[in-house]
Amino acid sequence: MALPRWTALAPVLLFALTGMLVLLVDTFFPDTRRRSVLSGLSTLGSLAAVAVSGWFILSGPGTAFPPAPDSGATEGGPILLFQGQLTVDAMALLFFVVVGSVAALVSIASYDYLEEHSYQGAYYSLVMLAATGMALMATANSLAVAFIALELSSLPSYALVAYLKQNRGSVEAGLKYFLVGALSSAVLVYGISLVYGTTGALGFDAVAAALSGVDDAGLNGALGVGVLMVLGGFAFKTASVPFHFWAPEAYEGSPAPISAFLSSASKAAGFALAIRVFVTAFPPEVMLETLGIDWVFAFQVLAIVTMTVGNFAAATQEEVKRMLAYSSVGHAGYVLIGLAALAPTASGANTDVVLGASMMHLVVYGFMNTGAFLFVAMVEYWGLGRTFEDYNGLATRAPVACLAMTVCLFSLAGLPIGGGFMSKFVLFFGAVNAGFWWLAAVGAINSALSLYYYARVVKAMWIEDPADDLEITRQPLGLYAAVVAAALLTVLALPAFGFVSEVAVDAAASLLPGA
Amino acid sequence: MVLVLIEALIAACLVGAAVTFMVPDRYAGKVGLAASLVPLGIATYMFATFEASGNALMGGQLAFEEQFQWVTLGEAYALNWHVGLDGISMPLVALSTVLTSLAILSAWTPIDERQSQFYGLVLFMEAALLGVFSALDFFVWFVFWEGVLVPMYVLIGVWGGPRRKYAAIKFFVYTNVASLAMFIAFVALVFGLGDAVDTFDMPAIAAALGETGIQADAVPVPGLDVETFKILVFAALFFGFGVKVPVVPWHTWLPDAHVEAPTPVSVLLAGVLLKMGTYAMLRFNFTMLADVARDPNVAVAVGLFAAVSVIYGAMLALAQSDLKRIVAYSSVSSMGYVILGLIALTVYGVGGATFQMVSHGLISGLLFMVVGVIYNQTHTRMVQDMSGLADRMPVTVGVFVAGAFAYMGLPLMSGFAGEFFVFVGSFGSPNLPSSPVFTAVSMFGIVVVAGYLLWAMQRTLFGPFRLETDYELGRAPVQDVLPLLALLALVVLLGVAPDLAFEMIRDAVNPMVGGEVSAALGGGA
Repeated sequence: MALPRWTALAPVLLFALTGMLVLLVDTFFPDTRRRSVLSGLSTLGSLAAVAVSGWFILSGPGTAFPPAPDSGATEGGPILLFQGQLTVDAMALLFFVVVGSVAALVSIASYDYLEEHSYQGAYYSLVMLAATGMALMATANSLAVAFIALELSSLPSYALVAYLKQNRGSVEAGLKYFLVGALSSAVLVYGISLVYGTTGALGFDAVAAALSGVDDAGLNGALGVGVLMVLGGFAFKTASVPFHFWAPEAYEGSPAPISAFLSSASKAAGFALAIRVFVTAFPPEVMLETLGIDWVFAFQVLAIVTMTVGNFAAATQEEVKRMLAYSSVGHAGYVLIGLAALAPTASGANTDVVLGASMMHLVVYGFMNTGAFLFVAMVEYWGLGRTFEDYNGLATRAPVACLAMTVCLFSLAGLPIGGGFMSKFVLFFGAVNAGFWWLAAVGAINSALSLYYYARVVKAMWIEDPADDLEITRQPLGLYAAVVAAALLTVLALPAFGFVSEVAVDAAASLLPGA
Repeated sequence: MVLVLIEALIAACLVGAAVTFMVPDRYAGKVGLAASLVPLGIATYMFATFEASGNALMGGQLAFEEQFQWVTLGEAYALNWHVGLDGISMPLVALSTVLTSLAILSAWTPIDERQSQFYGLVLFMEAALLGVFSALDFFVWFVFWEGVLVPMYVLIGVWGGPRRKYAAIKFFVYTNVASLAMFIAFVALVFGLGDAVDTFDMPAIAAALGETGIQADAVPVPGLDVETFKILVFAALFFGFGVKVPVVPWHTWLPDAHVEAPTPVSVLLAGVLLKMGTYAMLRFNFTMLADVARDPNVAVAVGLFAAVSVIYGAMLALAQSDLKRIVAYSSVSSMGYVILGLIALTVYGVGGATFQMVSHGLISGLLFMVVGVIYNQTHTRMVQDMSGLADRMPVTVGVFVAGAFAYMGLPLMSGFAGEFFVFVGSFGSPNLPSSPVFTAVSMFGIVVVAGYLLWAMQRTLFGPFRLETDYELGRAPVQDVLPLLALLALVVLLGVAPDLAFEMIRDAVNPMVGGEVSAALGGGA
């Protein structure tokens, strides 16, 4: 079956169309029952995007489409669209699935969370539009598109963080997020301009092809600064140290489903873009050997610092949501290992495993982290406090939700109860095999430390005695469904890990040169 | 042969756990029991149709074996799902299912809050335990091994006694540190094998260790020669499993955990969880690294650990006045016999050790349950608080006396068979230097066991009736007594006909010890 080539973008288009549809419905049918319609529409749209992406992955990326007319390529392989501005390959499809699943879970959970809030049409459409931007980030194949996609996902996010207009924390978080975001965008766009200025190209492949010319012209320094600034822009989006300051504030202040959305989907999209830019536009061998620019070293420093800062900060928190925010920083550090192990000195054949492991970790992280944040959303819905003590004895009142939360937390810590164990194991294993045992060692130590603060929540929920006035009167169906679904997906990722790892390693191998 | 039975076993536990977790507390006990009968039935069927020969790690013919690729990591490595049973693991799988069902039944009386969570966790732990005994891929095995920890931690921490939080965290920290040491040591060992193995498949690793051995240039720590490296790995694994067993001096978590844990959890802890440690030692230290264990110095060191555990554990039990602490410390002593049997590396030594694992699982489970039933009635466990219970609770007391004698090794009870095999095996062991001395010293432990058990029984069960706590003593309810009788029946059955289990055990142990040793003892067949 041959579909028109542009339909490869169907998942992205589905997100965008759902966003528009939600706005239309909200405009024409502003009746009382619209809450479930809006939430249902966004959920369905996201699930449809996941389903289409899944079908593309299963049928082999690109095989459902005719080859490009002038490329002379046979069937299969990545689909290049709009003269190579966008590319839909295995990695892009994988991240469509991540963004779509997280968006669906968030939409279901928001049904209850937004019970008493107005402007729900705007909320759901902003979520869908942000998802569009995130999906676009995973397909961007040129620096210009990369910047636009990043802005498309950031602008709705700023508004969503400040969605609780009456809440000072939410507004403050939105402002902080916006200011740091604007600064980072400026840094990124300046970096892009330097890269363009030195190479004369914007497309990733064109940049890579023009690199040798940079050396001839003696512009290595300018390009190096440009690469570093691009890296800084992505560090913001992925909440990596030293651009992580916004994350704890924004995650804490924003509505909890939005925290889940940003810390899972937005981070994944940022990494998808970072991986593609640095692997295809700035191939590490060429950069180091011809130009003397060692960005891998920058990622190694970044990975170690991000892991350590994130985990130690998380261990000292008193509020669960802030702890999760810092743990999200820590997980960015684990994912960075994938890029940090790409040095040309690495034992060649194994870099695809470690890069693939980064993607696997993002997939699993999408489920388990979303589940944990949505449980926090449920606690906020019940009107309980934010600290660890406020979670005391929750399991006596809501055992099923607490079980789901426990699964998510232990999987985040890397206990073999969910996919988090496997993805961390493959990540560290891949790093060791690529010759970076010290990256794996730092990761493993951090991972062991993380058990301490995740277990604090578990201990509070199950083992501590509840406060006398702990009362749960409402059972939010949507939140329950979302939390349990996230936990279930986390657990199922363990037996089904072979499938995830195969797709991710293939995607990584097709990105890496010489594969 | 029916395939996927092991998967069905584990899945039945998991589904049962999920269902039990959801039902209202009122029905949880009955639903939990019903759910645990499914794996019990499957395990019984497996035991009855069991057909295997040889050792799982030494190219034996396995029963219910299942192997397929789970995750590929690039082209070089793969993780496999590999499960299967041989004569060593089959009795332990059966033991786990029996004890879980009986523990659930015995929990009906003492567990009176959050029942559905309690039974759900017990069933979840059963799934992990069965996985530990049946997994043959290190990775899968480790998943299950760690999977036992979490439910146990919660079971002690939520339903335990007054100091439950301290006991739970102590248990968790001790066993988790031990797991970490063991994991690092084993992964280092596998890396040391270089290109010879590309999976964590345990039979493949065992074969590679035997054939190519550790390559000198692949030792992960530079400057370390192969023999020292192997001894270090052996030591780290022995420590990792020794905490679980527990071996003196790493036993201090055990009495705390036992005293605080509710009775059914103690039953599982003593009956099955401790066996994870000795089972893993059997598989890793004494099968895969058997040549290290054959080093006389190592053998003497392990023998010392065993003898000290036997004597010191028994002495500690002698000093206790809490019935549960007595039984808890006596486990330390009994597990010492198991290690003595293992280091003997003879058919009767290793086979006896495996038999003793099963037998001790049944007997210590029985004693913990009896103490639990007495506690349910009297609300005290202190020896000085009661006497003359025999009048008021004749059946329970009868079972107590029978169980205590089984512990002391009364012939025609399984305890006698287990200890006799161990002593026969270790006395003439060619592996352990001056083995008669070790055996004689350890045998002295039985005298101490008799001492503290007889003392405790005489003070509490006989003489004029007296109860400090002033509770009305009645007959124990049927659901409390039924599991006691069932366990006693099994203890007697295995004592009268040890070959029910020992035949398959011997078959799996034979390849480990080599033909000539068994022939020398006349026990090859």
